[in-house]
Amino acid sequence: MKRYTKKTAALEAALIAAAIIFLIPLFVLVSVALRDPAGSPGFLGFTWPLKFGNLATAWKQSQMGPSMLNSIMITGISVLLVIGIASTAGYVIARRTERWSRGMFYLFLTGFLFPGQLALVPLYVAFTKAGLVGNPFSVILISTAGNLPFGIFLYTAFLRDLAPDYEEAATLDGATPFRMFRSIVFPLMRPVTGTVGILSSLAIWNDFMHPLLYLTGGSTRTAPLSVYTFVGEYSANWPLVFSALITSVIPILVAYFLMQRFIMRGFATGLKG
Amino acid sequence: MSAHVQGPDPGGVTAPVVEARPAAAGADRPRVRPPRPRKSARPRPSFWFALPALLLFVVIVIAPNLQGFAYSFTNWDGFSPAADLVGLKNFSSLFSNGNSGRAVLNTLVLTAVVTVGQNVLGLLLALGLNANIKTKYALRLVFFLPVVLTPIVCGYLWKYLLTPEGSLNSALSAIGLPGLRQDWLGNPDLVLFSVCAAIIWQGAGYSMVIYLAGLQSVSEDVLEAAAIDGAGPSRRTWSITLPLINGSIVINLLLTVLGNLKQFDTVFSMTGGGPSGASDTMATIVYKTAFQYLQYPTALAQGVILTLFVGCVGFVQYRLTQRKALV
Repeated sequence: MKRYTKKTAALEAALIAAAIIFLIPLFVLVSVALRDPAGSPGFLGFTWPLKFGNLATAWKQSQMGPSMLNSIMITGISVLLVIGIASTAGYVIARRTERWSRGMFYLFLTGFLFPGQLALVPLYVAFTKAGLVGNPFSVILISTAGNLPFGIFLYTAFLRDLAPDYEEAATLDGATPFRMFRSIVFPLMRPVTGTVGILSSLAIWNDFMHPLLYLTGGSTRTAPLSVYTFVGEYSANWPLVFSALITSVIPILVAYFLMQRFIMRGFATGLKG
Repeated sequence: MSAHVQGPDPGGVTAPVVEARPAAAGADRPRVRPPRPRKSARPRPSFWFALPALLLFVVIVIAPNLQGFAYSFTNWDGFSPAADLVGLKNFSSLFSNGNSGRAVLNTLVLTAVVTVGQNVLGLLLALGLNANIKTKYALRLVFFLPVVLTPIVCGYLWKYLLTPEGSLNSALSAIGLPGLRQDWLGNPDLVLFSVCAAIIWQGAGYSMVIYLAGLQSVSEDVLEAAAIDGAGPSRRTWSITLPLINGSIVINLLLTVLGNLKQFDTVFSMTGGGPSGASDTMATIVYKTAFQYLQYPTALAQGVILTLFVGCVGFVQYRLTQRKALV
């Protein structure tokens, strides 16, 4: 069996050294953010006294508060839509064996083949005509549709592996199709819902290109977009820029430290499908 | 986002491979289902359940892509409804304009460098963390942390580290190696590799987690048997562990390739594609051509090229994952 030998200790020391190197960029992020903006840029360490006021200044001047609410709204609605729409579609695809069901499955899988850049211009033109530019609804629609294929894929794969015994019993008990889905199937799929929820939340919260295209300059900016705008205005003021970077990722970091095991498992599971 | 998943599970025969379950065993497990009592009780959900997904997907994903493909052969400007067929003119202009060719090359170099770098680093970290070291959970937390950061935040952070008066150059001077100071983002020969470093830093933990999941399925007994037969640690890793986590390797390679062919955020925030196109990728030039230079037809042609690249890799991925032995 594995024992803790001198070699293991050496390995552990090497890994800890690697972790410290890994953390240097984040250490710089914090130390520069807390620096006197009038001071000189440059080396790694902290400069005293720490200016925690930078965080508040950046938060206010980048309008991070309202942006964060927008991000929360856009991410929340999109993720709920992804879960609701992908789970019902996966249910149909997994349980119906006809040709059209197979065809639909492959249609959704083609979503993995489109990088999104080709659709960028036609979508932008269509959304301009529909008057949706500047409206967070545009980003919600795109984010939801973009995350559907992987959600549907996970739900379908999970359900195909699950014998339909409970559903058969419910049918015999006279459950309506909707009731069956809500009370039997959806609760059974909870592990997938967790994975889909985590992965799509992160992807949508961190998305930059679509908010950049649709929400720039408006009052409905997302947190990454506020960072981008703020960097454009204060590009030379690194302490304030870094303070803005930190404030924009606070929700992600809180979520990460609270649910790290769950999140990592989601990544590994979702990836292996 | 779409890169987070591998290809489909044809026939619905295999179990979805969950992290904790040994991958190989999951694939080979015989599927025994009890005989069903009554055929009529089989759930047959109505097609209407799938309609919202179908509508949204066709309208937001399929239709614009087909439209973009069709319009790439015209001089469509996005505003006037009329568009004339111009054949392959948009594509031939890509070859005459050096930026597009450079972006394709940059994308391929970036994808290759990041794929190799991120996977080697991720695999080494996973192998290290799979040993019975005491701090493995804390270390895993550290290595995975950059993965959840917003990519543009990572881009701006690394921009500061690598500016001429930034942290890296200051550190090089401080440790007595001022000769190694470089203009990491201003030198056209270096900038792409600087961007790769930032992307690898952010992505290594991602590969690591997938490799760790694969390593958990490698049986301790096999490794012990090999040790008794006289195989040293490196031989055991090379000849036993790596072949056994073949599936994780394939998935990781394909995910990094697919994700980086589409690379936009980190490049856009770190360098904006500069200096003068030295770090432009296919994704950044599509965006710039369309929305900064307002040349829609050219942008569509560039989009078609990028889609062909991603589509081909995606198709290979699909074919590979169809062979269940790999997963």
